[in-house]
Amino acid sequence: MTKTAKGSLLYLDGVSVAFDGFKAINNLSLVLEPGEMRAIIGPNGAGKTTMMDIVTGKTRPDTGDVIFDGEVDLTRHDETDIAALGIGRKFQKPTVFESHTVEDNLELALDRRRGVFATLFYDQTQKDREAIDRILETTRLTARRHERAANLSHGQKQWLEIGMLLAQNPKLLLVDEPVAGMTDAETEETARLLREIAQNHSVVVVEHDMGFVRELDVKVTVLAEGSVLAEGSLDHVSNDSKVIENYLGR
Amino acid sequence: MITSFVFKALDRRAIWVIAVLVGLAVLVPLLNLALPAGHPLHVPNYAISLMGKYLTYALLALALDLVWGYCGILSLGHGAFFALGGYAMGMYLMRQIGARGVYGDPVLPDFMVFLNWQELPWFWYGFDQFWFAAIMIVLVPGALAFVFGWFAFRSRVTGVYLSIITQAMTYALLLAFFRNEMGFGGNNGLTDFKDILGYAIQADTTRAALFSASALALAAAFLICSGIVRSKFGKVLVAVRDAESRSRFFGYRVENVKLFVFVVSAMMAGVAGALYVPQVGIINPGEFAPANSIEVVIWTAVGGRGTLVGPIVGAVLVNAGKSVFTAAFPEFWLFALGALFVAVTLFLPKGIVGALSGLATRRPRRPAPVIRDAAGEAAE
Repeated sequence: MTKTAKGSLLYLDGVSVAFDGFKAINNLSLVLEPGEMRAIIGPNGAGKTTMMDIVTGKTRPDTGDVIFDGEVDLTRHDETDIAALGIGRKFQKPTVFESHTVEDNLELALDRRRGVFATLFYDQTQKDREAIDRILETTRLTARRHERAANLSHGQKQWLEIGMLLAQNPKLLLVDEPVAGMTDAETEETARLLREIAQNHSVVVVEHDMGFVRELDVKVTVLAEGSVLAEGSLDHVSNDSKVIENYLGR
Repeated sequence: MITSFVFKALDRRAIWVIAVLVGLAVLVPLLNLALPAGHPLHVPNYAISLMGKYLTYALLALALDLVWGYCGILSLGHGAFFALGGYAMGMYLMRQIGARGVYGDPVLPDFMVFLNWQELPWFWYGFDQFWFAAIMIVLVPGALAFVFGWFAFRSRVTGVYLSIITQAMTYALLLAFFRNEMGFGGNNGLTDFKDILGYAIQADTTRAALFSASALALAAAFLICSGIVRSKFGKVLVAVRDAESRSRFFGYRVENVKLFVFVVSAMMAGVAGALYVPQVGIINPGEFAPANSIEVVIWTAVGGRGTLVGPIVGAVLVNAGKSVFTAAFPEFWLFALGALFVAVTLFLPKGIVGALSGLATRRPRRPAPVIRDAAGEAAE
C-alpha cells in the first residue's frame, strides 16, 4: 500500500473514524502531490475539519493509512511531532497568542529549535529579525508589530496566523476556512497571501466560499458524508450530478 | 549564553527588586545588631524572625507565580514542596543536636529513642552534613515534582483536574508524615533545634544571618524567574497558558515545557521551606495541610499573578495583615482572608501590582494608540 504513497506528499487511503457511532470520515482516500495546492469543499458535517484533525494528529483514525512525504505514518505521531515533521495548520477561528505582540507571535512560530533549553538561551539573530521583518511586510502588519495580538481586527488576526505559518515554514499547510467572516477586500487580500504561499509550499484549503475557491483556481475535492464525492477543476465538479444533488443543489 | 540570560533578566523592575532585597539583607541586620535597643531605628529581635518568615513565604509565592501566572498551572500543592524542603533542613538540624537531646543519644534524634528504634533509618544518612542536606532541599521537591509532572502533563491533565490532584498529593503527604513509622517525628514533627552550621540557632546574629539569607535567596530566585520569563522560553510559557493546543501545532512539546517550569518552581519552594524552618524552629506535618497551599494562591492573587513582584508584595502584605489581625481579632482572620480573596477577584483581577502597573503604563502611552489607529484607518 505504501508503494502508491511513494512520491506523494500526503496520502490518505481508506481512512475512517467514528465518534459515538457517527461516521465522521468514511473510507476517505486522497492523494496530494508535492507543491500542489488543493481546495476542499463540501457541506457542513462532510468531515473537512475532522480530516485535518487526523492529518495533524489531533484525532486518530479507526482504520486506514495516513502517509506523509511518501513514508511517514502520521497515525503513529502526536501534534508536536507532526508539526516538527513539517505540517502547519491554520484554524477556522483565528488562533494566535493573544497576550503576545505581533512580533513575538512570529518569533514563536519561527522555524527554530523548540526545546526547553534551546528556547531558554535563545538570542534573536540578524537572520531571524530579517525573516520576521519579511513576514510582517508580506502580511502587511509592519505598522502593528508591537501591538498585542488581542488588539488586532479579525482579518488581521487571520493574516497574522498565516504569517506565523509562513514563519513555521512547513512542507504542507492545512488552512481551514480562511475567509469566513471577512469583508470582500480582506478576502481578496487573503487569496493573494495564499497564492504567494503556494509558490513554495503545498497547501490544502478547506472553504465554503465558492467565489474564493474560484479565485484560487486550483484542483478541487468535494467531500460529503465523510468521503470523496468528486475531484477535478471547479467547473468539472460543479457540473457533476452527484455534487449538484448533494451540495450545490441544496 | 548564560550572560545573555542574566542580561535579559535584569530589566528595570528586576534591578529595583533585587537592589531592595540586597539592601534589606544588609540594612535590617545592621539596624538590629548595631543599634541599641532604645534607638528609634532599632529593629527588635522578634521582628527579624517574623520578617524573615515573610520573605520565605514570598519566595514560595514567587515560585507559584512562575507556574500559575506564566504557565497557567494552578498548583494547589505547592505547600508540599515547601514542607519537603523544610523537612530536609529539619533533618539536618535534628542531627546537629547530637547528644544534647533529652535522651542524650549521640546519633538518634529524641523521637526515635522514644519509639525504641535501635538505629538510624537509611534515609537519615548523610543529613549530618550540611552540603548533603542542601542538595536534598532542592533534589527531593524537584524529584517529586518531576515524577508528578511527568505523569500529569503527559496525560494532559489540565485546569481544575490538575489543581485537584495537586491537593490530593499534598494531602497524601500530610497523612503519610503523620505516621510515626515514616520516621519523620510523626505528629510532632521535628523541633528542639540547637544550632545551624555550628552557630546557636537562637542567637541574635544567627537570626539576622537567616534573615539575610532569606532576602538573598529571594533576590536570586527573582533573578532566575525574571530570566526565565523574559527569555523566548518565557514567551512559550505564556503561549502554552493562553493557547495550549495551538502551541502544540507549532511544534512545542507542551509537557516538557510544563515539566521544566514545574520542577524549577518546586525547587524554589523547597529552598523557601528550608529557610523557613530554622526561623520558626519547627516543622511538622501541618505544613502539608491543603489549606496552606491555598493560602499561597491567595497571596499570589492579591499581589498580582504573572508579575513576579506581585506575589512578593502579596505574601508580605497578607501575612503582615495576618499577624496584626490574629493578635487583635483572632476569630475573624479567616473571614477577612476569604473576603480579601473575593474582593481582589472582583475588583483587582490583576492584583495590586497588576492594577498599579496598569495605571502607570496607561497614562503616558495614551496618545500613541490614537495616532496608530488613525494611521490604520487612513491605510484602509
